[in-house]
Amino acid sequence: MSDIRKLQRDLIARVLGRGGKAPPALRRAAFDNAGLDEPLRTLIDKVAHRAHRVTDEDIAEVRAAGLSEDQIFEVMVCAAVGQAHRQHTAALAALTEALGGR
Amino acid sequence: MRLEILERGHRLRSRAVFALIRLMSRQPVVDAVKLAFYRPEFYGAGPLTHEAMRGPSEWSVGDRELMAAFVSKVNESPFCIAAHSATSRIWYGQDLRVAATLADVTTAPIEEPLRATLILLGKLTRDHAIDADAVRAVLAAGVSPQQVEDALAVCLAFNITDRLANAFGFHVPGPEAMNAGARQLLSRGYR
Repeated sequence: MSDIRKLQRDLIARVLGRGGKAPPALRRAAFDNAGLDEPLRTLIDKVAHRAHRVTDEDIAEVRAAGLSEDQIFEVMVCAAVGQAHRQHTAALAALTEALGGR
Repeated sequence: MRLEILERGHRLRSRAVFALIRLMSRQPVVDAVKLAFYRPEFYGAGPLTHEAMRGPSEWSVGDRELMAAFVSKVNESPFCIAAHSATSRIWYGQDLRVAATLADVTTAPIEEPLRATLILLGKLTRDHAIDADAVRAVLAAGVSPQQVEDALAVCLAFNITDRLANAFGFHVPGPEAMNAGARQLLSRGYR
């Protein structure tokens, strides 16, 4: 699975790169789950930490705040990829530490 | 689904693929496929998921599908639990192994290295982190470092997919559509 790290880097580069319709800084903030204002903060934190609790109302509030459907799609994708990436990075560091300590 | 664009915003070529899927499988197109075909140049996680689930690994395809179902259970993602339970069930040719693992991983009739690995993935998914001691316990159960890394790749893919399935509100279709999707995942993979 040597390709995984490259595919992961490519995915992150795409969702944070030039191809988006939401401003890059907003996508980066969603990826990091940091520095966001309401109502986006609640939606993004739910995607990162309790995605099964996201409601129609969470998305309706972000839509009412002026984001388009494509922009909402993008920031939600960034939030999911960002949180999964942080977990994966922490786990690989734990594996490296476990191997070094043997 | 909660975003209209994921239901009806696809390009003509993708809509033609959906029509073909409906024709060939005689089942509706599931929401995971609609997401995969929406602006793949932006999200398009298919190659990453395919490599984790079908790339070279000491874990069997069935074991990796079981890991996906198990991680999805921890993430409380009904669509992904159903999809990957069905896929691992078909691959193994039996239901007991999958059903027992999802009911209680500590007593399920599975190999100890797989059990230790599933418990590690569960902890990572629930707590968002694991420490070196948790990994040492898995290595002590006879799992190779490469197998740990391969299992973490499955966990990465499904910690993305489960979140999006839940956040976008994937509809969970009946068993016939899920089984048709599972057979597709076994014959063609995720790309």
